[in-house]
Amino acid sequence: MKIEEKLALNAMKNDRESHIRLDQKICAACKERYCVYACPGHLYSLNEETNEMVVEYAGCLECGTCKIVCVYNAVSWEYPKGEFGVQYRCG
Amino acid sequence: MDKLDVVVVGGGLAGLSAAYRLAAAGRQVVVLERGDAPGSKNVTGGRIYVQPIREFLPEIVADAPFERHVVREVLTVMDDDASAQMEYGHGKWRSEPHMSYTVLRARFDRWFSEKVMEKGAFVIPGRRVDDLLWEDGRVAGVVAGGEEIPAHIVIAADGALSFMAEKAGLRTPLRPENYALAIKEVYRIDPAAIEDRFGLGQGEGAANLFMGSVTRGMFGGGFLYTNQDSLSVGIVLGMRSQMDARPQVESHELMDAFTARPEVARWIKGAQLEEYSAHIISEAGAKGMPALYTGGMLVAGDAAGFSLNMGVTVRGMEFAIASGVLAAEAANKALDKGDASKESLGLYERLLKESFAMKDMETFRHSREVLENPRLFTVYPKFICSLLEEIFTITEKPKPGLYGSAKKAAKKYLLNWEGFKDFLTLRKM
Repeated sequence: MKIEEKLALNAMKNDRESHIRLDQKICAACKERYCVYACPGHLYSLNEETNEMVVEYAGCLECGTCKIVCVYNAVSWEYPKGEFGVQYRCG
Repeated sequence: MDKLDVVVVGGGLAGLSAAYRLAAAGRQVVVLERGDAPGSKNVTGGRIYVQPIREFLPEIVADAPFERHVVREVLTVMDDDASAQMEYGHGKWRSEPHMSYTVLRARFDRWFSEKVMEKGAFVIPGRRVDDLLWEDGRVAGVVAGGEEIPAHIVIAADGALSFMAEKAGLRTPLRPENYALAIKEVYRIDPAAIEDRFGLGQGEGAANLFMGSVTRGMFGGGFLYTNQDSLSVGIVLGMRSQMDARPQVESHELMDAFTARPEVARWIKGAQLEEYSAHIISEAGAKGMPALYTGGMLVAGDAAGFSLNMGVTVRGMEFAIASGVLAAEAANKALDKGDASKESLGLYERLLKESFAMKDMETFRHSREVLENPRLFTVYPKFICSLLEEIFTITEKPKPGLYGSAKKAAKKYLLNWEGFKDFLTLRKM
């Protein structure tokens, strides 16, 4: 099963506003792109046209891994507002 | 708004345990939970070892909706295309009191929160705590959804990422060296099929840990637990180890590769994937713990760094419950005295030091140094698999003696300077 299909199984309540913000200036200088590899939801990617990093916050599993592996501090990450985000039914 | 006795941030096991005890002592307690119900943001592997916490919350442990009591431990050592498996079980694990249970947090935490409310505490879901309130240099409540909620004491039980501990200046920023990512998939399956496949009696469970090429030499491993009518299957991956690996590997692909292995695929065959979750785990042990209290505030559970990787056993939930109960005890005493100063709340740390929670954290203080040795995930699994390959293989050529084969494999993998150093490190655990 593809990762997008797996994420679609989860109960989610999405806010219109993203709880993850990226500092594109820092991202532009980053070579490793740890976020792309570490995010278990595969939500980080590089938009080849704009050359900007994109994060699909709507599938976020709220583990916080991206915030920790981004040692350059480009990821500003907070919990989604109350009642928003993933709602685990098994956990 | 009048000051509450205690506001608890986070409706996980630490927060609920604290609230349960405080409400039972007649204190006015509110638990603020950001999910739509307690448990909805929480993930476990998961198994809980109940023996250490029976005395802390006897009635909760006795009645909790756990999944299955574990009667069989399976350890699978993997090479790229080979594996060795060891099973251990003891007859006494089949009878009460059981040592450990598999558990799903959405179910357990929600049930627990109902028990907390029966005791008279308020558990309010859908509330994210955004900030702390301060008064005379002490924590004096929280801010949630723009509303100020003053309290004599705040118990921060807001999980491994603990923004509250950070805001209170109790911990430094999170570093990848200290954390692992855990990914878990839950597969729905008929209970009879679980019992049939694993050779279990009704209600009995198995735990399977996987090490070796699961993580391609990176720190971590795999796990599988049998629930009542589902299987929890996943991997744990050290963050720094993944960052340093070349070529770079995507963690979700590692998860796919894990479930595709025949050693795992055979258990989940025909079962339906129901949920895909992820969570971080502190791997730093006692060294990764923040300061546990300050004036007006106590930190408990994952927020306080209470998780311990002891190699084949990984623990956290029982520490969460114990630290929650002890935080409640310290808070209760401080409220009796009308003194929530840092000095007064220092009782919490003293109580922890006398408990199994801090004693275990101290005993295994060096376990990470032992476990983060990459040879553990490469050389040793290869040694075991090569040795067994030598023993079991018959070819057209005459077979060398078994002692000779064992000596050859040991010489290649173990009997060298690196192996000697590993032996010395192992003694620290």
